[in-house]
Amino acid sequence: MKEQFENEMKLEFLSKATNEAFARITVAAFASQLDPTIEELADIKTAVSEAVTNCIIHAYENKQGIIQINSKLKDNQISIEISDNGKGIENVDIAKEPLYTTKPNLERSGMGFTIMESFMDSMKVESIVGLGTKVTLVKSIKKEEKLEDDISNNLIIKES
Amino acid sequence: MEIKFYEEDKLLVLKITDEIDDCNVQKIRRKADYEIERYMPKKVIFDFDSVSFMDSSGIGLIIGRYKFTNMLGGKLEVANLTQNVKKIFEMSGILKLIPVTEICY
Repeated sequence: MKEQFENEMKLEFLSKATNEAFARITVAAFASQLDPTIEELADIKTAVSEAVTNCIIHAYENKQGIIQINSKLKDNQISIEISDNGKGIENVDIAKEPLYTTKPNLERSGMGFTIMESFMDSMKVESIVGLGTKVTLVKSIKKEEKLEDDISNNLIIKES
Repeated sequence: MEIKFYEEDKLLVLKITDEIDDCNVQKIRRKADYEIERYMPKKVIFDFDSVSFMDSSGIGLIIGRYKFTNMLGGKLEVANLTQNVKKIFEMSGILKLIPVTEICY
């Protein structure tokens, strides 16, 4: 039987827009230990980008603050907690609705939470007004198809 | 961004070469609006062939340019959508409004 795989990392950075790429690339690099497909990796990058953008634009409203990411790998699953100490969300249910945005003037689509929710297996949003918000994203990396691919690749090698 | 204008068709092709996120989107928007205003094209095509990453900021970018181009009497299309870009556009519903084309090089 395969040994249980576990790993964990923490990341802390300033709420600057230039750190959006840093955050998603770092989480993707960590996630790649689970051997995800390119598409699964793209989903994770997009979801992280949405969450970090929310911290910068909404939680801290472009003022300086700290964003924390805490990510864990267990078996074939990655969980990513993205938290801030910003202004918090008054009504999480309304904020999660597609197309809802408090800042429509800047061509914001209001699709951030919708994308996180559909690109990951699950999303949990915990928020306290005045204290901050924590978004927890979880995604399982599929293994079955890859195994079959490996087996068929091996067969081809043996035959030739 | 790579810009090509085809005089005979009044076609403006804007090939985005940056990652499209909240950090870069303002720069892309300003540049695109400048080129659209300068050429007053009949058709604008945004080419996503070289876009390695896009998040929801791309939705606002394209809806905004769609409105701007329409206001100036032109049409807008998107081309060469990567899997990631297509997924986000499909989710937002903007592909019901904006045609998808292919550009070959």
